[in-house]
Amino acid sequence: MADEANSFSKQLLGFWVTFATMFKKVNTVEYPDVKEPTAERFHGRHQLNRYEDGLEKCIGCELCAWACPADAIYVEGADNTDEARFSPGERFGQVYQINYLRCIFCGLCIEACPTRALTMTNEYELADNQRSKLIFEKEDLLAPLRQGMIAPPHPMYPDSSHLNYYKGEITGSHPSQAPEEQK
Amino acid sequence: MTPEQAVTAVETVTAVIDGVEVTVPKGTLIIRAAEQLGVEIPRFCDHPLLSPAGACRQCLVDVEINGRAFPKPQASCTMPVENGMVVKTQLTSPVAAKAQEGIMEFLLINHPLDCPVCDKGGECPLQNQAMSAGRPESRFEGTKRTFEKPIHISSQVLLDRERCVLCARCTRFSNEIAGDPFITLNERGALQQVGIYENDPFESYYSGNTVQICPVGALTGTSYRFRARPFDLVSVNSACEHCASGCDLRTDIRRDKTLRRLAGDDPEVNQEWNCDKGRWAFKYLTSRERVKHPLVRGADGELHEASWPEAIAAAAAGLKGKRVGVLTGGRLTHEDAYGYSKFARVALGTNDIDFRARPHSDEERDFLAAVVTDLKTTYADIDKADQVVLVDFEPEEESPIVFLRIYRHVRKRGLAVTSNAPLSSRGSKKLNAKLIKNLSELSGLTTQSVILIGERAAETAGILSAAYEIAQSTGAKLAWIPRRAGERGALAAGAIGNLLPGNRPVADTSARVDVQSAWGVSDLPSQLGRSTSEILEALGDESLDAILLGGVDPMDISADALNKLLNTFVVSLEISHSSVTAIADVVLPVAAVVEKSGSYLDWRGVARRFDKGVDDADLRSDLRILSILADEIGKPINLPSITAAAAEIESLGAWDGAKVSFTRRAAAPASTDEFTLVSWRFLLDLGSLQQGETNLAGTAKKARAHISAATAAKLGVTEEDSVVISTDRGSIELPVSIREIADNLVWVPRNSEGSQVIPSLGFTSGAVKVAKR
Repeated sequence: MADEANSFSKQLLGFWVTFATMFKKVNTVEYPDVKEPTAERFHGRHQLNRYEDGLEKCIGCELCAWACPADAIYVEGADNTDEARFSPGERFGQVYQINYLRCIFCGLCIEACPTRALTMTNEYELADNQRSKLIFEKEDLLAPLRQGMIAPPHPMYPDSSHLNYYKGEITGSHPSQAPEEQK
Repeated sequence: MTPEQAVTAVETVTAVIDGVEVTVPKGTLIIRAAEQLGVEIPRFCDHPLLSPAGACRQCLVDVEINGRAFPKPQASCTMPVENGMVVKTQLTSPVAAKAQEGIMEFLLINHPLDCPVCDKGGECPLQNQAMSAGRPESRFEGTKRTFEKPIHISSQVLLDRERCVLCARCTRFSNEIAGDPFITLNERGALQQVGIYENDPFESYYSGNTVQICPVGALTGTSYRFRARPFDLVSVNSACEHCASGCDLRTDIRRDKTLRRLAGDDPEVNQEWNCDKGRWAFKYLTSRERVKHPLVRGADGELHEASWPEAIAAAAAGLKGKRVGVLTGGRLTHEDAYGYSKFARVALGTNDIDFRARPHSDEERDFLAAVVTDLKTTYADIDKADQVVLVDFEPEEESPIVFLRIYRHVRKRGLAVTSNAPLSSRGSKKLNAKLIKNLSELSGLTTQSVILIGERAAETAGILSAAYEIAQSTGAKLAWIPRRAGERGALAAGAIGNLLPGNRPVADTSARVDVQSAWGVSDLPSQLGRSTSEILEALGDESLDAILLGGVDPMDISADALNKLLNTFVVSLEISHSSVTAIADVVLPVAAVVEKSGSYLDWRGVARRFDKGVDDADLRSDLRILSILADEIGKPINLPSITAAAAEIESLGAWDGAKVSFTRRAAAPASTDEFTLVSWRFLLDLGSLQQGETNLAGTAKKARAHISAATAAKLGVTEEDSVVISTDRGSIELPVSIREIADNLVWVPRNSEGSQVIPSLGFTSGAVKVAKR
């Protein structure tokens, strides 16, 4: 008899946890109707950044591909020419692909990047229904053009070198950098 | 004492390195002796094949002799080991380690931190040794010296002066190995830099080696610029397909695309060098002109893409039971040539096969069968030679690594070189060659002498006979060095009308029986086959119905060779679209050198094997295609793979019976024409394997007509003028160069920009008219 009463009180005690939880703040989010912001340093989709005049920061050095433990990055470098300049200096990344079927979002590529061209955004919605759609090309990864930026290819800021860019001394584009038809 | 014993009796010295006793031949450098113990001393300027320079100071070690120590660390790359020497490297001596760290810190002061944009990054001795022997941090806080970023020192080689550590490897290579002193160290102090002369561009045939041996990224190749990192590349061993020198190469492939080729290390052949053609002429592999699918000429007279079974059926229908000639070109591997040889005999029942897609003669064919198949001369014979005779052979243009070997001995011990060339080319000048007009002027030949005969000897009657006779009477060693990589292999495979595989004479019944039993056939054709020119003639007079071509450019043979192919059934096995594929009835695409495995026989007759680097299911070797075609014809040759062919060649072996006899031919009478054209090819010219290589073409020698001063005076021209050289077929116009050459001769390059001799003039040597423009 005493055993039964003991068992019943234990059950009540168990339901008390359930009962008490009903009054706690709910953690579940009604995704996708509600989207919570991520932590500030959440590792999401990558982005290829630009200098303030729109030139790309990526120099196609492949250090990100080298650092990648999952072999998710493919890069091909190429020569900047006077006719078609995509980045300051001699070299730019002509082909840039990240395979999000392989990427483990560890961020070693970000640490390896010598020009801060590659960073990560907080975007996490990377699911898709086709494998090929999960290989992101350079166009998919490039940062959008902000106010004052001109889409490459275009020349470097007048009287500057790649060092001025690297030191952050270029703060916007110059009218002479715009393509002929816009001048 | 035998020669072997003489070699072993070398004076040795014994020293102690890092507490370990080591005995080495006298004169061995400390850095080499340490390598024998497995101690690697960091170095930049040191290279085993170049003379010691002591330029970079990175290899400092502590040295004491007989108890007396040097007051400061010494460069181990310039100091030979002595008896009683005690050497302490960075492993055992803190003084040496600190000295090396200091030197590395100095070297890095002006070296830019641009590894991310540098092609050398990832395979850079400076990166690696800065990690292993440098300080973790630099104490330098000033501004680095900067130079303008890369400057072109030639169209193929870029120089980034900021990165240079002034090791002088490139300048030493150019002076000592290539004999092209076109680059040098200019200025002094921090501004010291590698430079080129204003008037002499860096147009060396060996410039690519400077890129390969540069220990930093100061010299880079234009064509590989920013293309890949070492971890992207898959490397395969390969053999060079361009000439018969037989270089060992490494081919680096990224995603099935050949990105670069490097010289391999074969001490017996190319050592660690190769020529720029072997290094940089590979764009034809990925050219848009590649044939990717079989093509069959339809009823409308146009070529249409076809499936393999359709194309094979069309080819078999045109060849089966017909009288067919086979021309294989000189660029086949040994195994592929064997396939053609067997296909001609078994499936087509003919000996009408010839690999010589160039001017040729019957004298040459007999000479090849009777003499060349037995030759065993090697590079080592050049090393030991007391005299080298060049017979219709320009080594720098036609076999550049043979040239390097001869040049090495000319430089080292004044090896005597004699050439029968009509004028002294840049190569002959470097070799200090004595020019002779006639081989009968040769003197002082011994059994140590080497006579190198080029393929152009076939163009003058009697030259081969004379050279052979001289070799017979003096005991001098003979070698035949064709220009193309596949000719020696094709000869051994019997892709010629008078020989069956393994040097078996067609005319010899027992040799035929030998091959019949190996191939399991009841009968082989016994009549001597036609030569290339006879096959083309026979197509003209309809004693042949069809022709099978394997990579032949008719313009290499004669000006009207292409016309002869027009009204006949042509099956062409080709890698790229050409004048032949345009008129062929069936075109079958074949794999090029990185897409298949195989071997070339170099001029020594030694197999140079290479591996497959790219898998392309659509591209098959010539051999595989011929085997399928033979099945379709109903007379199988049973050679499904390269390995099968190699095994069959091996089991067939070489013939030890009677040889083809060689009868001496009379020398051609001296020309009485006013002007006679003479020519040879430049290494870098309009050859089909160099198409699309604009950087390489930028360093090709410019075509000029070479005439004597007397001829120039007679024509009233100077070096500013041009002359028109003409025959009744056409003409070429070239600027004049006045040289020492016989008054009745005019020399032009054979296949260069503005000077394509066969299409324009109709022949490679003969009577021409020369006039001032």
